[in-house]
Amino acid sequence: MSRAGERLINGLVKENPTFVLMLGMCPTLAVTTSAVNGLGMGLTTMAVLALSNLFISLLRKIIPNRVRIPAFIVIIASFVTAVQLLLEGYLPSLNKSLGVYIPLIVVNCIILGRAESYAYSNPPLPSLFDGIGMGLGFTVALTCIGAVREILGAGEIFGRAFLPDSFEPIRIFGQAPGAFFVLASLVALQNYVKNRLQREGKPYEKIGSGCTEDCMNCAETGCKKRFYDNSGTAETGARKSGKRPAVPGPDKEGR
Amino acid sequence: MESVRELLVILIASSLVSNVVLSQFLGLCPFLGVSKKTKTAAGMGVAVIFVITLASAVAGILYKFVLQRFHVEYLETIVFILVIAALVQFVEMFLKKAMPALYQALGVYLPLITTNCAVLGVALTNVRKEYGILAGIVNGFATAAGFTVAIVILAGIREKLEHNDIPKAFQGMPIVLLTAGLMAIAFYGFSGLL
Repeated sequence: MSRAGERLINGLVKENPTFVLMLGMCPTLAVTTSAVNGLGMGLTTMAVLALSNLFISLLRKIIPNRVRIPAFIVIIASFVTAVQLLLEGYLPSLNKSLGVYIPLIVVNCIILGRAESYAYSNPPLPSLFDGIGMGLGFTVALTCIGAVREILGAGEIFGRAFLPDSFEPIRIFGQAPGAFFVLASLVALQNYVKNRLQREGKPYEKIGSGCTEDCMNCAETGCKKRFYDNSGTAETGARKSGKRPAVPGPDKEGR
Repeated sequence: MESVRELLVILIASSLVSNVVLSQFLGLCPFLGVSKKTKTAAGMGVAVIFVITLASAVAGILYKFVLQRFHVEYLETIVFILVIAALVQFVEMFLKKAMPALYQALGVYLPLITTNCAVLGVALTNVRKEYGILAGIVNGFATAAGFTVAIVILAGIREKLEHNDIPKAFQGMPIVLLTAGLMAIAFYGFSGLL
């Protein structure tokens, strides 16, 4: 089981999807208005991630390579729908506050990324734990960001008073612009760490700051993080005609 | 049928007041990724308007006449994402064959939109707000127009930012995010419109 433990640590620390890889930024910004929302979104994503990883891994020998991306999307969308129905039934208040971002988990880059880069080429059990680890990392990150925004924006944490009354809440942090500011500081911090590692000659390639996370939408050529082979064959076939300058060829190394 | 007044309210609300990127964080990826130059940003914007308007029409029709009719509304997420992916494919092939000039202008951006979460987001919002087909199309167009406005403004600012001396840690994405945050504050001014 040491491999399972290694996957957990990997997702939580070494390849934390938010703090290190900078994946899935849309939900990160949108739902972290409070710590509770961040926690809810993180756990929901984790459930989908773990289950889809497990199933994709179980089906990895059946799914043909050429249609793997549509197949992944259907599997992920099914689990998202199931989780959404469960939330509607058992946690209606959370479902309401997360709103449209629950079904939008389908397009979260982390899930497709793990399916493509891990679950599709590894046995079920490590894949399951990879999903749980990544999901936990995402949950921790979202809860932290949510807590920061809640403390600054309302002086509370998990809905309880945290700072003394003399603290005047900076309301903007609970609203949309605050999300951009918090993320900007986070990326700046990452840049700082990255610059320092670079100066000291330590490995820094994994830190994905500055990446807009979405390899499907990304036009960056020669990116080490690219998990998404959009040169032909697979997925929706959108990128088949090879003469498109904005969409580069395969570059799957380094992941 | 919705009255013209309601449609106008949707138009203003979705394009300016609750801007898709700056207050809902949908389509953030191309917003940050394709906003280095005003020209490419505008091209992306037009492509997004085209695809989202079309996608909300198709999704609206499909929801009303297939999903609702057979009482399988819970399949919306699966159906919408597949339909959108297929639709973008189809639009690309159609443009290539029928309107080469337009394809030259938009073709590069089309595949980038396939998984843009704004497209799926609009389709799902239309269902949640119980918009009719026409209101859905108007909402789709307005949302995409709001995206275009935001991305073109951001690209303009980024072109100017190139000449500024920015602290090393803030170079690249952080300063863009800060700019986006300030734009979001500016867009709050529009909430007085409704």
